[in-house]
Amino acid sequence: MTLAAATNEHLASISNTLIYSSMAVYTLAFFAYIAEWLFGSRSKVGRTAAALTVDSAGSADSAAQKASGPAVTVKRAGGTAVLERPKVVVRSTSGARDVPDGPGAHGGDAQGDLYGRIAVSLTALAFVVELCGVVARAASVERAPWGNMYEFNITFSTVAVGVYLGLLALKKNVRWLGLFLITSVLLDLGLAVTVLYTASDQLVPALHSYWLYIHVSTAIFCGAVFYVGAVATVLYLFKDSYEHKLQTGGKPGGFATSVLERLPASASLDKFAYRVNAAVFPLWTFTIIAGAIWAGDAWGRYWNWDPKETWSFITWVAYAGYLHARATAGWKGRKAAYLAMLAFGCWLFNYYGVNIFVSGKHSYAGV
Amino acid sequence: MSKTTTDKAPGPDTASASASASTEAEDQDLGAAGSQLSTAPRDEIASVPGLGVIGWARWFWRQLTSMRVALLLLLLLSLAAIPGSLIPQSGNDAMKVDAFRKVHTTLAPVYDKLGLFHVYSSVWFSAIYILLFVSLIGCIIPRTWQFVGQLRGRPPGAPGRLNRLPAHTTWRTDAAPEEVREAALALLKKRRFRAHVAGDAVAAEKGYLREVGNLVFHVSLIVLLVAFAWGQMYKSDGTKLMVEGDGFSNALPMYDDFKSGSMFQNDDLVPYSFDLKDFRATYEINGPNRGTARTFTARIRYSEGAYGKQKSTTIKVNEPLKIGDAKVYLVSHGYAPVITVRDGKGTVVFHDAVPLLPLDGNITSNGVVKVMDGYRNPEGHKEQLGFQAFFVPTFNPKAGTMLSQFPALVNPLLAVNAYHGDLGVDTGSQNVYQLDKTHMKAYKDAKGQLLKKLLRPGDTLKLPNGAGSITFEKDIKEWAGFEMVQEPGSAWALGGALAAIFGLACSLFIQRRRVWVRALPGPDGVTVVEMAGLGRSESAKVPEELGDLAAILYEQAPGAPDAEDDTPETHVVPEGAEK
Ligand code: HEM
Repeated sequence: MTLAAATNEHLASISNTLIYSSMAVYTLAFFAYIAEWLFGSRSKVGRTAAALTVDSAGSADSAAQKASGPAVTVKRAGGTAVLERPKVVVRSTSGARDVPDGPGAHGGDAQGDLYGRIAVSLTALAFVVELCGVVARAASVERAPWGNMYEFNITFSTVAVGVYLGLLALKKNVRWLGLFLITSVLLDLGLAVTVLYTASDQLVPALHSYWLYIHVSTAIFCGAVFYVGAVATVLYLFKDSYEHKLQTGGKPGGFATSVLERLPASASLDKFAYRVNAAVFPLWTFTIIAGAIWAGDAWGRYWNWDPKETWSFITWVAYAGYLHARATAGWKGRKAAYLAMLAFGCWLFNYYGVNIFVSGKHSYAGV
Repeated sequence: MSKTTTDKAPGPDTASASASASTEAEDQDLGAAGSQLSTAPRDEIASVPGLGVIGWARWFWRQLTSMRVALLLLLLLSLAAIPGSLIPQSGNDAMKVDAFRKVHTTLAPVYDKLGLFHVYSSVWFSAIYILLFVSLIGCIIPRTWQFVGQLRGRPPGAPGRLNRLPAHTTWRTDAAPEEVREAALALLKKRRFRAHVAGDAVAAEKGYLREVGNLVFHVSLIVLLVAFAWGQMYKSDGTKLMVEGDGFSNALPMYDDFKSGSMFQNDDLVPYSFDLKDFRATYEINGPNRGTARTFTARIRYSEGAYGKQKSTTIKVNEPLKIGDAKVYLVSHGYAPVITVRDGKGTVVFHDAVPLLPLDGNITSNGVVKVMDGYRNPEGHKEQLGFQAFFVPTFNPKAGTMLSQFPALVNPLLAVNAYHGDLGVDTGSQNVYQLDKTHMKAYKDAKGQLLKKLLRPGDTLKLPNGAGSITFEKDIKEWAGFEMVQEPGSAWALGGALAAIFGLACSLFIQRRRVWVRALPGPDGVTVVEMAGLGRSESAKVPEELGDLAAILYEQAPGAPDAEDDTPETHVVPEGAEK
């Protein structure tokens, strides 16, 4: 009998320390985001309200006028010959509310903005620390850190924050996601270190396969991106009903106004959520196929209707339904958003529910 | 009217109208050009059918192939897949189903009626996906047809009022309208748009690969399903338990247990044979996961076909042996102690490795040794012997239990009870791992108790009254269980799946968009250039691209002074841009 490689206890404890440290830094980031929102609430934004009031007060074609007004004007921006180009006038889909995006959590408040920047920096720091924790964990077990739910959780939150920071680095307008994301990252990590913790360990033979790297890494990545999409969808639902209320002459509460005014317009949130979900859907398809190929090697049949497989399939069909809904009259907007929530619910259940409540071929050591 | 979008009847709320205007007037402005950017079926609520059976049939068909119903069927499919993940399935784990039946005696018959123990082959599950796929086919055919039409035709001419489009720009230039159009045509063609001059404007379109991708995706779904169904019908699946040294050749009688699809025929079995040289397992030896398996390796020699050359290889948990459509998986393992049984005269009547079935993770095992013939009792009568064997690879006297404490052979121990009489082997099929004691008598020890003894390797248990002996030899073999699977069509399924991803990526990441460039002499004789862009969905990319195109075109048709003097930005003639 050959000796199995002993796990490196030392590295494992370093990893644990790093994960706890990252939680501490995330907590600081969390407070900084809170501060950003608090300071931001001092400024009265009211852009949505203004746009919608003009809309409902003016005649029906005021939106069209607004849009077509400048279009007939010949405009050229820039002073130099190289940059000179005709200005493109963009018209939003008619029927949609012509609401500008909110300024973000800081609401234009300088101090709020400062805290927001601090929060992002802290998030980046926590991300690096957590990433090191994940890498140390991987090194301690000499394999990919995806052997059990604890490892899955820490990797998952790292990737979700990575996606967020990546979008920020690409200069996408996503800072508003920060507080919501970090809150759930803290929850995720809290769950990981308390309930799900498993001492670092080797893998059972069924997990010895390079498909582990392919299948599980893409699954984690998809989950993280779907999660970002789901947060945007929830915010869309809130913002949309807020806009709807304003449009129909309702008076939303002060807190709702303060928070929702600062978020992007519902149309932007919706579009963002769609993009995120649609962009990752082919990868999710690939994840399932990679899983099937692996199952073909490990269990003898590429599709077994094992609970995990079944729920991946359900999740996939639900997201396909969402993409269809976006292209189906009468299903766009809120209904499609509910479908997106449902689809993400399926993903969550597939991860937590199936691992915990249903036993199948996917159950390995330590949940 | 066909169910798909046609340019004759643009209507509000078409599936593709997200980018087009919604009011009647604006629709007329965009006309065909705005509503035809995808081949998605229109989703109007079909009016109540008028004409008899055919009318109804047509109505039904239109409903079935609408986006709305496709969406509902998709949701229904995911809903229908849920019970199968929560209720034990006979295809997956028949033992669990049996256990469930025993516990839920009232519920089980209901579940049986509803097919809930085999959801994925139940009537209602099949009904949903068959409807979905009929819908899919009914959707793909007209869409493909329509797309071919779009490819053979030309991008539609410019709508009346370009400034109604989602992205729009305009400027005045001294260049002649024809010059501008020519320059625009050249530019758009260079950018790989399909472009042509239609009347006073250039019409161009790009991103057809989106529609191709979408169609490829939906067609691949059909390929995938057909391949899956094919595999189910022609599959075969059997198991074989092999002790080290045993051989197997792929023919029906060799299997311990064999299942096949409805269309499978015996000569579909791929010819091959192999011998199990040895099996080796390694386990974690310390830490909290002591005893957890680390590696399983079966070394084999195999030959393809009836007379193929012998080759050596290994089979591991994730690495089956693949021969043509057949795969051989390593699925289980255990111990096979070598047992020798002698009669009263000392003649060997049985000598073999006896595979025992594991009961737990540490391979506490049990099984039966059956001596069928060759044995005569001390009175000289023919008799059969049966031994119940209980085996632990690692016995630890301190553990306070007979159960094995570790899966490897650290301190093996075998416990046997002995019986004689009639094994009942002739009466139909019999489980080799169970002893039918109806016609067997237990040997008793001197005190009249059931004869039993714990044997260490090399030990012998003497049967009373010179009835013979059983020896637990020092050589303990291992056995490996193999599953031989043939599932034709998996290559097609894989191909379909990969094509689906490719199609999906094209369909989701490529924007289909149109660009129009209109150049007309204005009232004062100066040429007015208007450019507009339309995407399938609202996207920042369309205005961006339009801006880039406009900038290039602007260089070739530079701006002329504005007619109205009140324009805030006065025109600056770009250096070197004059003609
Ligand atoms: C087997 C079930 C089906 C699945 C899993 C499925 C999946 C998908 C997915 C993931 C998309 C998004 C890709 C894209 O937007 O281009 C899509 C788009 C589309 N599907 Fe399906 N589909 C199915 C059946 C159908 C059926 C039955 C129809 C026809 C009624 C249909 C018509 C369409 C159309 C027109 C689009 C394009 C929507 C658009 O242009 O945005 N699909 N489908």
